[in-house]
Amino acid sequence: MIEKSLPESVGSICKKYKNSPDRLMDIAIDIQHAYRCVSPEVQLDVAQFLQMDVVDVQSLVTFYSFLTEEETGKIVVRLCNDVPDKLAGSEEVAVALSCELGLDFDETSEDGQFTLLRTPCIGMSDQAPAVMVNEIIITSLTPDSARKMARQLIETGNPYKLVKEFGDGRNSNDLIKSMVNNNLQLRGPVLFSGPVTGRGLESALKQTPKDVRQIVKDSGLRGRGGAGFPTGLKWDFTAAAEGEQRYVLCNADEGEPGTFKDRVLLTEMPELMFEGMTIAAYAIGASEGLVYLRGEYFYLKAFLEHALELRRKSGLLGKNILGHDGFDFDIRIQLGAGAYVCGEESALISSCEGLRGDPKNRPPFPAQKGYKQCPTSVNNVESLCAAARILEHGAEWFAGFGEARSTGTKVLSVSGDCEKPGVYEIPNGVTLYEFLDMCGGRDAQAVQVGGAAGHLIHPTEFGRRLTFDDLATGGSMMVFGPEVDLIDVAVDFLDFFVEESCGYCTPCRAGNVLLLERMKRIQNGRGETGDYEYLADLANSIKGTSRCGLGQTSPNIVLDLLRHFRPLLESRIGDQDRNLRASFDLDSALKDAELATGRKSVHNQEGK
Amino acid sequence: MTDSFTINVDGRDIQATKGQTILEAAEAAGIYIPRLCHHPELKPHGSCRICTVIANGRSCTSCTQPAEPDMEVQNNHPQVEMWRKQLIEMLFVEGNHFCPFCEKSGGCELQALGYRHGLTATQHPHLFPRREIDATHPDIMVDHNRCVLCGRCVRASRDVDGKRVFQFVERGPEKRVAVNSDAKLSRTDVDLTDKAVGVCPVGAILPKRQGYVAPVGAREFDHTPIGTSVEGGNGSLEV
Repeated sequence: MIEKSLPESVGSICKKYKNSPDRLMDIAIDIQHAYRCVSPEVQLDVAQFLQMDVVDVQSLVTFYSFLTEEETGKIVVRLCNDVPDKLAGSEEVAVALSCELGLDFDETSEDGQFTLLRTPCIGMSDQAPAVMVNEIIITSLTPDSARKMARQLIETGNPYKLVKEFGDGRNSNDLIKSMVNNNLQLRGPVLFSGPVTGRGLESALKQTPKDVRQIVKDSGLRGRGGAGFPTGLKWDFTAAAEGEQRYVLCNADEGEPGTFKDRVLLTEMPELMFEGMTIAAYAIGASEGLVYLRGEYFYLKAFLEHALELRRKSGLLGKNILGHDGFDFDIRIQLGAGAYVCGEESALISSCEGLRGDPKNRPPFPAQKGYKQCPTSVNNVESLCAAARILEHGAEWFAGFGEARSTGTKVLSVSGDCEKPGVYEIPNGVTLYEFLDMCGGRDAQAVQVGGAAGHLIHPTEFGRRLTFDDLATGGSMMVFGPEVDLIDVAVDFLDFFVEESCGYCTPCRAGNVLLLERMKRIQNGRGETGDYEYLADLANSIKGTSRCGLGQTSPNIVLDLLRHFRPLLESRIGDQDRNLRASFDLDSALKDAELATGRKSVHNQEGK
Repeated sequence: MTDSFTINVDGRDIQATKGQTILEAAEAAGIYIPRLCHHPELKPHGSCRICTVIANGRSCTSCTQPAEPDMEVQNNHPQVEMWRKQLIEMLFVEGNHFCPFCEKSGGCELQALGYRHGLTATQHPHLFPRREIDATHPDIMVDHNRCVLCGRCVRASRDVDGKRVFQFVERGPEKRVAVNSDAKLSRTDVDLTDKAVGVCPVGAILPKRQGYVAPVGAREFDHTPIGTSVEGGNGSLEV
């Protein structure tokens, strides 16, 4: 019976988005929520309603990890397996969940009730270990509380009942009701300094778009996603490019392992972000904006949509904004579905267009031909918030914080082995010594600056500064204490990149698999001295030839280990004088033969 | 205003015109830049990365990068050569390529690139992926073991044949070419004469009943390395 009614409902989902292929992301996500899969049969229906090829639907569905062709359980438990979560004991939590639910990972229970999965960083590294239970976030788990949670889920079948106490700030808002905490450890002078007044937008609308862009250029604001491109210049290029329509896209897809600062900005000051987007729209002449919200932050969607609705009612969005004749602008939220690469701006655009999240060839750049082939400015949440403050307080005020070429403040997401994990807004230019002092990261053997794609910094370099020209960071700061095995960290990072590569270009698709293979050998004590050169050449090739930032940065962890942690590698690669090929695993090579003959190999027999 | 300008490739000044890519400009001047996913009749893809050069100090794929006045390009360069060898090797080990008995041997662009760059054995471990063969169509077979994900079939079917038979699905190392039907190739409207079938650079899409058409010694790359037709010389393989 259910099968019979399926196509109809799929039809109404498609209709909700006007049967438009460029809304395929929303359609697929809604179908996944409703039916717990987007099966090949449903894909045929969708293709028919949208008048597109079924293989194009399949192409999208099989790209995103939150979309599945096979039906998942009614309750999907996703355990975050990023490095800070592991340091906080997520493997013990994994065992507890697995035992209590009676399920292995990547398995669905026979009664169709549960699916147990691992997932990359969900943006909760400061309150790890964390899980997503459907869209509900549960943080700070222990093996005991995980067991309790699993039992409760089995009893009630209702993930919403798991949340007993709400987190601080607006996490208790009726539209969020989450146990997530902000952990806002340090309010800096720019973003978290005070209430959102809306004066930035008022001030912008009193000036010409060109003047607004000039102010942002004068402030020295550079993109806060990590790449550091001057925001005002990006707006200039977008404004100057030819196109019938222009777009502002806000990148709220913070997927870099260990990053969660946008989570706090989205929770506490979405108004500032929307204000920044509206200012950007005015500055470049856009009439439509999109916030690309990562699927992991689905729990914030209703809250953000309500905030947009309030702005429409107050005349801050819509037609003739604040009475400014001819300035029309509105924003919609585009949900992601579990793909790190969509944080790359051109992949983000692909995803917004209802495509798989492949990055695009450049040129043309998004500023020339972006969303729907129109000039598009893609800006980070934090950049847009900073722009709003700049228009409120002035370029000079902003440039007064930080350093000459790295003006203003930076919001950091701090996790790992430190006393006070959480969010810090600091002026640009702080040294790692100062940083560690601030967060209580004593005895750190290394700091990972900028997430998995960033750099592993050795204590001899803790005098370096957090600036765009020295240590640039999108915000992720992981502190590794003396107990951490940095080879394990490297293997985890590479595992993540293999999982998240879009697969478009050869070096990233195949090269990262090879890097992972060789690092795993070393992890298992089977490294050889030739591996140093092998890894260096391979890493250099992946970095030098990859098509987007993912492959251009994924080998960093290997290169950093080779450059700055050579003694560690040497201690693992072992005795070089044995004249044996350490990479050859005799025991596993003989396993089949031993099984067939029913006796152990001579070298394994007693007395040998 | 003239649309013609000069760029420099490995110390040699050549003419380029506005709208030309580096690869096209080089080719017009008789300079071969190794490539695999690129096909002159198809929209550039920029996925195999073998045509990577260093242009004005930065690496980029010459099949997608427009030539600009006074651009300095390094094509024959130790760093670039190392990258290319690595990429060709990666393509060999991520699939299952059995040159000695592949129907495409001698006419295979991947194999020919391997020879041109002096590759004998790979330093990388073979990954031996489990991949499918689709032999459901009466005239055409698809062997995913030999697919290099260049996307020529995807582009040719969409842009030349007007059919959209092929498309990429999955991601990362799992990425593969799928067909536009509820089942396999036999349920699509692909034809033996389609551009999509003819442009495969390797032995992944093959016409049935036509194996080993040219004898050894008469195959496309038996006597001259790939790229010779561009370079115009009588290049011969170093043995």
